[in-house]
Amino acid sequence: MKRVGIEGSFAIAEAAKLARVDAVAAYPITPQTHIVERLAEFVANGELDAEYIPVESEHSAMSACLGTSAVGARTFTATASQGLELMHEVLYVASGLRLPIVMAVANRALSAPLSIWTDHSDVMAIRDCGWIQIFAENAQQAFDLTLCAFRIAEDPTVMLPTVVHIDGFYISHTIESVEFLEQAVVDKFLPEYRHPYPLNPDKPVTMGAFGPPFIYTEAKKAQEVALKASKKVILQAWQEFGGLSERHYSPVDSYKTEDADALLLCMGSFSETAMMAIDKMQAEGQKVGLIRLRLWRPFPFDELRRAVRKAKVLIVLDRAMSFGGSAPVCSEIQAALYPLRARPKVVSFVGSLGGREISAKAFEELIRRGLDKAKKGKLDELEMLGVRE
Amino acid sequence: MENLAIYVPRLVTTKEYFAPGHRACMGCGEALAVRLVCKALGRNVIIANATGCMEIVSSPLPYTSWEVPWIHTLFENTAAVASGIEAGIKVLSRKGRYPKRTKVVAMAGDGGTADIGFQALSGALERGHNFIYICFDNEAYMNTGIQRSSSTPFGASTTTAPAGKVSIGQTTWKKNMPAIAAAHDIPYVATACHSYPFDLMNKINKAMTVEGPSYIHILSVCPTGWRLPSDLTIRAGRLAVETGIFPLYEVEGGKYTLNFDFPQLRPVEDYFKLQGRFRHLPKEIVAQIQARVTDEYAKLKEKASRNNY
Repeated sequence: MKRVGIEGSFAIAEAAKLARVDAVAAYPITPQTHIVERLAEFVANGELDAEYIPVESEHSAMSACLGTSAVGARTFTATASQGLELMHEVLYVASGLRLPIVMAVANRALSAPLSIWTDHSDVMAIRDCGWIQIFAENAQQAFDLTLCAFRIAEDPTVMLPTVVHIDGFYISHTIESVEFLEQAVVDKFLPEYRHPYPLNPDKPVTMGAFGPPFIYTEAKKAQEVALKASKKVILQAWQEFGGLSERHYSPVDSYKTEDADALLLCMGSFSETAMMAIDKMQAEGQKVGLIRLRLWRPFPFDELRRAVRKAKVLIVLDRAMSFGGSAPVCSEIQAALYPLRARPKVVSFVGSLGGREISAKAFEELIRRGLDKAKKGKLDELEMLGVRE
Repeated sequence: MENLAIYVPRLVTTKEYFAPGHRACMGCGEALAVRLVCKALGRNVIIANATGCMEIVSSPLPYTSWEVPWIHTLFENTAAVASGIEAGIKVLSRKGRYPKRTKVVAMAGDGGTADIGFQALSGALERGHNFIYICFDNEAYMNTGIQRSSSTPFGASTTTAPAGKVSIGQTTWKKNMPAIAAAHDIPYVATACHSYPFDLMNKINKAMTVEGPSYIHILSVCPTGWRLPSDLTIRAGRLAVETGIFPLYEVEGGKYTLNFDFPQLRPVEDYFKLQGRFRHLPKEIVAQIQARVTDEYAKLKEKASRNNY
């Protein structure tokens, strides 16, 4: 297997190429990543036999993806922040029509004020769109999880669009060491995509009929059942991928959590910095550990409960606001833990909005503050980190 | 040849691809136009339909009127969805995974075309996808209750541009969509009306043979929104053409052809007096509209005459 130093965006483009995508529709809304540029290059050089549709907006990008996917083409696109929000209503159609589009999202802040830097504001706004949503922590994971995303989305029992979230700049624009898979290995892992009922004159189907009240609820129930059931396929795909690559993925990863009384939970690229803080604090004899949430939708309720059950304090770091409400990841965690008789105290922080750095040292400080707040019973409000007042 | 009027209709297929039983209003010109379009398209097509009357009346789950593959997703993105379908077919047939080249057809109303779907349409025409875009123009948002669009004619009363004590209703001139489509330098642009069924079907047939984008703008009489008795749909369509308000023409490679020319246009009143939406118009406004129609028609004739050298 080939190991190269490569930018995260290029690693994702490489994964889409190895997956032999048939169609890419993309628009370079600011902030743009190099993902679709590299794919356009592959097509221009004849290295990838695909239709590249340079659409006139992100709304049309996702709309064109509906079309390519509906005739049975393996479809990929990428976007970020404002572009993702412009796609918003189309995302619901993709999941409602069960079209297995795969998308990479370079997570970034939303305007106003204009910011091109990282946070999870864009992700949280599409939380309920019915897509499978997976978070990568580095370029290697971005490559691996993109390949797995095709396998998961296109599974005949799943047929749901899937997004791989990568933190903008931290993953999209950083050069890292990445190990690729051989084309033959990928071809075996990813069989040719066949839509069971594509748009085809030989067997006409009606797609996207309107749902009167007597049938709408059932349609949504079917979607919910499918999304929940996809977890089984996700686990199988990751397990099989682990066999091929010796890189193993799970919905919730526990890092040094044995004997830990206090746990920090985060999603995305920050977990690697947080690990450094955990290592240092453990070396100093403190009983702290880290939970890395990888699968955001379907939410891994059982895995999360198992992972945090024994802890006394759980500190959750969100990278997005739900203005006037609880922080989005934290409220999900609290809801998941509420039915348990014994559960950790949950402390909520929001930080790193619009690309503000949190260093390993700042993570140590965050954990200390969390422990202090838990001790004092100050659990009623979230705290925004490092705000200058 | 005196039996032509009897003979010609027999050339049209009896096969229906837009099945009866849909929920369109009595006398719906758009449903008739869709039916004629589908007859001309035949079976080897995929239709992408915007949200609007035709999507609502034809596809209440679990029923469908569509005997050809059909997809509806949203209001403003039909041209983009059609772009995707066309590109998908292209790559899959190249890779031997799709049986044959199938024509892609996008359908939308005037709101879905001239207003909210304008950008997606312009993008798809500019990219040169091999597809037919058909605008069924009933001159307002009829599906949601007769709200004005940029395709509503000057002086018409709608629910969001109503005639009142100090307003004549719509105070802007109808957006010229065929001219905008033609400005994209696409191979084929045409206007049509269900009241001229053979002309309409001929234009669809022609668009089927075109490589690249075609745009067909079909005036679709709406008895409900135009405040018109439902048995006057065909007559209203004919009058729109005979008054010069909606001339039938084609633009092929930039060259204009006027399909029906009238040495003497009928006065616009003949068209207006059938319809409740124009009932409030004072004489001087009608005269103003007449002057504009005469002028526009002369301009169109001039463009068409340039081809006759």
